[in-house]
Amino acid sequence: MDVLQKSSERIPLSQRPEYADVKPVPQNDGPNSIVPISYTDEFRETMDYFRAIYVADERSLRALQLTTEAIKLNPGNYTVWQFRRLVLEALNADMNKELDFVDGIVEGNSKNYQIWHHRRWVAENLGTDASTRELEFTKKILSKDAKHYHAWSHGQWVLQALGGWKDELTYCELLLKDDIFNNSAWNQRYFVVTRSPLLGGLGAMRGSEVTCTVNAIMEHPENESPWRYLRGLYRNDTHALVKDPQVASVCLKILTAKNNYVHALSMLLDLLCHGFQPSLEIRNAVYGLSDSGAQGSDLVKVVCSILELVDPMRANYWKWRRNIVPAQAAQCLKDDGLTGLSL
Amino acid sequence: MESSRKARGTKTQEEQWMVENDVGQIYSSVSSIPPNAQSVFLEIRRDNHIQYLMHGLNNLGPSFSTLDANRPWICYWILHSIALLGDSLDEELEHSTIEFLSRCQDPDGGYGGGPGQMPHLATTYAAVNSLITLGGPKSLSSINRGKLRAFLLQMKDASGGFRMHDGGEVDVRACYTAISVASVLNILDDELTQNVGDYILSCQTYEGGIAGEPGSEAHGGYTFCGLAAMILINEVHRLDLPCLIDWVVFRQGVEGGFQGRTNKLVDGCYSFWQGGVAVIVQKLHSVICEQLGLSKVLDSECDSESYHDYETSDISDVEECTVETSCPLGGTCHRRKEDIGVDFISNKRAIAPIFSSMHLQQYLLLCSQEGAGFRDKPGKPRDHYHTCYCLSGLSVCQYCSSADADSPPLARDILGPYSNLLEQLHPLYNLVLDRYYEAHDFFSKF
Repeated sequence: MDVLQKSSERIPLSQRPEYADVKPVPQNDGPNSIVPISYTDEFRETMDYFRAIYVADERSLRALQLTTEAIKLNPGNYTVWQFRRLVLEALNADMNKELDFVDGIVEGNSKNYQIWHHRRWVAENLGTDASTRELEFTKKILSKDAKHYHAWSHGQWVLQALGGWKDELTYCELLLKDDIFNNSAWNQRYFVVTRSPLLGGLGAMRGSEVTCTVNAIMEHPENESPWRYLRGLYRNDTHALVKDPQVASVCLKILTAKNNYVHALSMLLDLLCHGFQPSLEIRNAVYGLSDSGAQGSDLVKVVCSILELVDPMRANYWKWRRNIVPAQAAQCLKDDGLTGLSL
Repeated sequence: MESSRKARGTKTQEEQWMVENDVGQIYSSVSSIPPNAQSVFLEIRRDNHIQYLMHGLNNLGPSFSTLDANRPWICYWILHSIALLGDSLDEELEHSTIEFLSRCQDPDGGYGGGPGQMPHLATTYAAVNSLITLGGPKSLSSINRGKLRAFLLQMKDASGGFRMHDGGEVDVRACYTAISVASVLNILDDELTQNVGDYILSCQTYEGGIAGEPGSEAHGGYTFCGLAAMILINEVHRLDLPCLIDWVVFRQGVEGGFQGRTNKLVDGCYSFWQGGVAVIVQKLHSVICEQLGLSKVLDSECDSESYHDYETSDISDVEECTVETSCPLGGTCHRRKEDIGVDFISNKRAIAPIFSSMHLQQYLLLCSQEGAGFRDKPGKPRDHYHTCYCLSGLSVCQYCSSADADSPPLARDILGPYSNLLEQLHPLYNLVLDRYYEAHDFFSKF
């Protein structure tokens, strides 16, 4: 069986004895094709031979070899990949070797759906034994690009289908230590915290997660990721969000520091919309940020006005928010001398 | 410099500062030019873009071999861009295009990436949209709708989502491409839409945006796909819209353009994926108010803030399809009653834009636009994909403040000369509106 040598040494398929009986099938482009690609001779020949094998539905070793060569020329050809899977099944091929094959072509092609889908299919065939290798593979890709979308999705699939949760939270923490702004790592953290069978679920984890999220916020209040993560911890439970003193406290700290406070204001706005009773300190911290010194006014309107000024890219959004405050929240805030959460 | 990098910022921060620097330089150099000379920089270089696009239609170099399974996409990116620029193909080229796409059509339904390739949902979407963009009865009738519907049904997965191709991956993109095509061809029915809403809903993340698969990160491309698909199947009320809106507005950065995910870099193509979401959301106000538990009283308060005159739109009654009428789909006609696509665009009830249209236009015209073609950001090469989605994003910006689909945008809503005005598009399908209407009429006949 001829193996594809360095491209300068490639033997044309027409000269390889094992393909002698194959009649290549040219592409049915028609005479006046549009978006026509000027294929190299190597590309055209490989695809002409592939088409012949594909049309004949020949699931043999030489068919497998042909898919290898076609994939290397265009890893995006999903028809070739799908046919390759049929051939692998027919040959009862060694799936571990197939993982080696994908390892070999992923460099330079990692942003390709077909490769990742194929990897998933192979791993599924191998079962839980493949978990360790697959998580290592994922981490290798992430070490070069810590936000690689396909890699993260693959990793999540591996965890759910093949297991291997043990070190995953630690891995997230490692990535976040390296780059606290890595939103993919935050997303993965949420995935692990909510779905890992080894942890207690969101309910059990929430307290400690809030604490470390708040710490991340204090490090960089301008970092959107932990703010969204914090809201996420209270998904479908805004009542608890409003009641958590850590949330109000971190807002107050940042508003008082008067630096990078857009997200803090945005969080405060969300709290107010859900019936939060702000303490006097919070009110004063907000008024302290407002030029007009609008004391005693509807706090929601003051917060939105400040945001329109300090976050001008979203001025239209803050205007809209100002007008859709829930009637009940507006009612609560108009009352004076609220006890609220005093800090 | 390199050795002290870690001490300064994380990788995310460093990369972001570099882009801000590049973009900042462009903006400051343009603003230092006297205002009356600035307009040259803000002009859409229409002729150059068309030349670049036409060239691609007729000839692609060997480096395009890696797109050999995506040729209907290249077709759509080019044709849609040409249409947005207000131009069209000559008859011969039109004929060749219809011919070529017919060769990509599988006898059992759907379109593949090239002649002889397996049908694939994305290339099906691209081929159908290309043919609709061409317009005319020859183009539209070349689509085998009956077989296409059968193909779509075969791609349905137990999870509720769709598979991209036989044995292919399931994700939100597949849901959108399937639903969009079915909707625009008037073959959407309960059998196709069953459980799709459940799947898409499970892809909305804690951030508010939508991911490709359940658990993955919220992403602009998938958020567009998920939102548009949910609207088309009439289940958009199931998404947490306030959360989605909050996420999408924060995707517009200091550069003026949109990023695809939180803390990632701006990219011209998200002008459509994210900008499109922002614009679509303007029309969902009544659903949003409901979700927020707002009363009718506050609804009218919103009215006064918006600069539109409100007219309630009635969902038009579509004739029931009777079994007796000859239906090329055979047997019982499965047509949906509501005509969501048309109702969406003709709905005059909308709020003012929630994003910064002028800033986005500025990014597109000054940072994405090249001599010919458009790119991701300064330093990246142009390509047809970015040309398509940057132009789509521009169109979305230009029309986002219009009171209704019939009145043209005001000069103050167009950055640069008024001649920059592009054709209007339907944001749910990303088709030039006139072509969409033509297709809608054509396919509603049977």
